[in-house]
This record gives sequence, C-alpha cells and structure tokens, in this order.
Amino acid sequence: MDLTLLAWGDTGWSDEMLRGALMTLAVALSAYAFSILVGSLFAACKLSSWAALRILADVYTTVVRGIPELLIIYLVFFGGGVLLRTVASGIFGFDGYVDPPLFVTGLVCIGVSAGAYNTEVIRGAVQAVPKGQIEAAKAIGMSTGQRFWRVLLPQTARYALPGLGNVWQLTLKETSLISVIGLVEIMRQAAVAAGSTKEPFTFYLVAAVLYLGLTSLSNQGFRRAEVWANRGVRYG
Amino acid sequence: MNWELMGEALPQLLGGVPDTLTLVATSLALGVVLAVGLAQMRLSKNRVLSPLAYGYVYIFRSTPLLVQIFLIYYGSGQFRPLLQDIGLWTLFREPYFCAILALMLNTGAYTSEIIRGGIQSVPFGEVEAGRAIGMSRFQLFRRVIFPQAIRQALPAYGNEVILMVKSSSLASTITILEVTGIAKKIIAATFQPVEVFIIAGSIYLLINFLVTRVIQFTERRLNPQYHRERSAKAVVKPDESADALVH
Repeated sequence: MDLTLLAWGDTGWSDEMLRGALMTLAVALSAYAFSILVGSLFAACKLSSWAALRILADVYTTVVRGIPELLIIYLVFFGGGVLLRTVASGIFGFDGYVDPPLFVTGLVCIGVSAGAYNTEVIRGAVQAVPKGQIEAAKAIGMSTGQRFWRVLLPQTARYALPGLGNVWQLTLKETSLISVIGLVEIMRQAAVAAGSTKEPFTFYLVAAVLYLGLTSLSNQGFRRAEVWANRGVRYG
Repeated sequence: MNWELMGEALPQLLGGVPDTLTLVATSLALGVVLAVGLAQMRLSKNRVLSPLAYGYVYIFRSTPLLVQIFLIYYGSGQFRPLLQDIGLWTLFREPYFCAILALMLNTGAYTSEIIRGGIQSVPFGEVEAGRAIGMSRFQLFRRVIFPQAIRQALPAYGNEVILMVKSSSLASTITILEVTGIAKKIIAATFQPVEVFIIAGSIYLLINFLVTRVIQFTERRLNPQYHRERSAKAVVKPDESADALVH
C-alpha cells in the first residue's frame, strides 16, 4: 500500500474520492426524498377503500421487493436510452446516440426501489395511530386537513422514524450499484483510481471507509431525530 | 412486444438459474455456520470476543455488498505475489470463490443479528429452570434455547434469504453469468430491455415466491400447535351442525 496515493490535490486521490462521496450523498438524498414521496403515495393506495388501488400498490411492493435492484437499473438505463433515441429521431430527426442522464437514472432506480420499502414503513406507521384519536378529532370538529396535520402526521412520523432510518441506510448502500452504468460516485471513483494506480485493495478500502463514515454519521442523525420525535412521550 | 426475442431469451435466462441457486445456497449454508459463531461471541461475556463480533457485524452491515465483493475479487490482485506464495491465488483468481466468500461474510453478519434476537427472546426464567434441574450448557442450548430461538428467528431469516437471492445478482459484476449477468448480456446485444426484464424479473419473483412458501411451510411444521388448533376446529364443526339439528 502506497499512502502517497492518498494525498490531497493533483498528486493523490483524496480530493477525487471525497468528490465521489459528495456525489453518492447527492444521489442518495434525492433518491430518498423521491422514495418518501412514492412511499407515501403507495401507502395511501394500500389504505384506500378502492380495491384497484390496493392491488396496484400490492403489485408494486411485491415486484420491486422481489427483483434485484441491478436488474431494475439495467431496465431503466437501457429502456430510457431506447425511449430517448425514439423520441430524438421521431420528433427532432436526430439520429445520434443518446444516453439517459446518469444522475436521473440513478435517482429513479434507487428511489423506486426504496419507495417499495418505505410504502410498508409508512403504511404500518399510519395504521399504528389509534383509530380513537381520529374519531376524537372528528368529534371536536377538526377538518380533514387539521386531522392530518395535527393528529395523523406527527404520530405517523414518530412511528415511522426507525423504519425510515433503515431504508435510508439501504438507500445509501444501494447507490453503489449506480456505478455499473458509469455515474462517478464513490465506487466508480475507486475503480478509476484502482485502475490507474494498480492498487485496487487500497481504493476499495477507502471506499468502504467512506461508506462506513456516511452510515455512521447518518445513524447518529436518525437517533437524534428519534429522541426529538419522542420528546413528548412518557414511558412507563 | 417482441415475442420472438422473449422465446429465445427464456431458455438462455433459465440457464442462469442453477448458478444463481448455487451462489445463494452455498453462501447461505456457510453463512449460517458463521452467524451462529458470531452470535455466540456477541452474547458471551468475554471482553475481547463480544466487541470483536460487534465490530464485524457493524462493518459488514454499514458497507455496500458491492464494495465487499470488489475488495475481495479485485483487491486480492494487489497481494497476488503473497497469495501465490501461500498457494491461495488459485482460489482468489476464481470469481465464484470470491462471490461466495463475499456473500457468505455478508449474510453471516446479518444472520447473526437475527439469531441473537432469537436467542434473546427466550425467557430467562426457562434458562434458569433448565439450570436448576441440572441441564448441561449443551443440553440447555439443544433442548431449551435453540428450539425456541429458531421459531422466533425464522420469519426474519426468510427475509434474509430473499435479500440473498437479490444480492446474488451482484455476482454478475465480477463476470459471473447468473440470471442477471445473462440478462445484461442479452439487453446489451439486442437493446430490448423490457422483454428481457419481464422474463428475468419473473424468474426472480418465482424463486422468491417459492422461498416464502418453504419458509411458511417450515414455520407451520415447527409450530404444530397452530396446525392442530385448525384441524381441531374442523372436527368441531360437524358437531355444531348436529347440535343445530337437535335444537
């Protein structure tokens, strides 16, 4: 192991690896936000009184949770490419080769995959709010909006936090798969560095340490958020 | 929809199923052995073994499986002369060996937490009772702790098996042609991602469906009391209707 390879600046790879880590964080954060949106939507479908919506949500969670993420990435990346090329040549008469934007592809793939897990987390959390409280809110004349913002949401958030934390960890780790289509995040950067220095172990170890740092830090964050969300709860 | 391509892709993708299943089964079998050891270490009062197991589990659960696979497969290349000297290079040169090693180390970490949870769910009073009537440590484990821990851990382990079926797809990144690897090859050659995705996805869904079925079946076999309740109810019914006739 040659440690001078890890110097900052033009001679070493530290700055490049850190930039990769920022990209990982950017993909993970945007995919996670997307997955909470998707998860809330499908959780609402699962709790809907319409059978069609319930079936739709069941199909979504079953299929996405039962198929490897890598396969979904290939579908979206190559499928998006075919779609873009059809549009480009059909409407704009452009016959060149177009690749779908890597960041968006990653965001959609990881978001859709994490969304299936978040659907279950959010559904469970909504169901954990006692029915009596909603009835009580109705009884004292709260509007639907008030019931949602004052009664349902604060408690759902509290029940969902541990599960959401797990899905965040999953999301963070899954972003590594986006490297297979070429987005320059931690893994891709490590592969590039490993290729040009012939020290793959060193750089994949650096990658592992970066992921370890990111997960440990966000773990702390979620622990604090849980303490905050439970501040009004008395135990025992 | 290109039916012709789907017809051609199906047998090719099915050809990858044995590889996928071998990867999953081998690493799960080895992983359970590792996990039992780790869980015992974690639960022991030894001040070296317990933190060691905790550290192992923490590291393997906090880093992506892809990093672990690359670290073993590509990373070992950095130590090639050393590995050649001790005769291990022939192993680390093999993508199959590296994939199974990585998957095994990874599932071992997750499974050890599942087993730990199962063991800790056994009421301590039962352990004390076992000790009080003079069971040896092995007897206690074999007759009291293990049978209850396995029942508690089984549903969570079922999820882990499904995650492993999905994780085995990462073996395709180190040149192994299991189902996902073949799917990518066909997609890259034909640019018909939807057709290939439907078939490959269905194969994975089918495997995972069978896994959940086997787990459910095992759960029922391990908890015969629920099963007996149900058959008892079935016997009761004719009596009820007979009662109704009498009244």
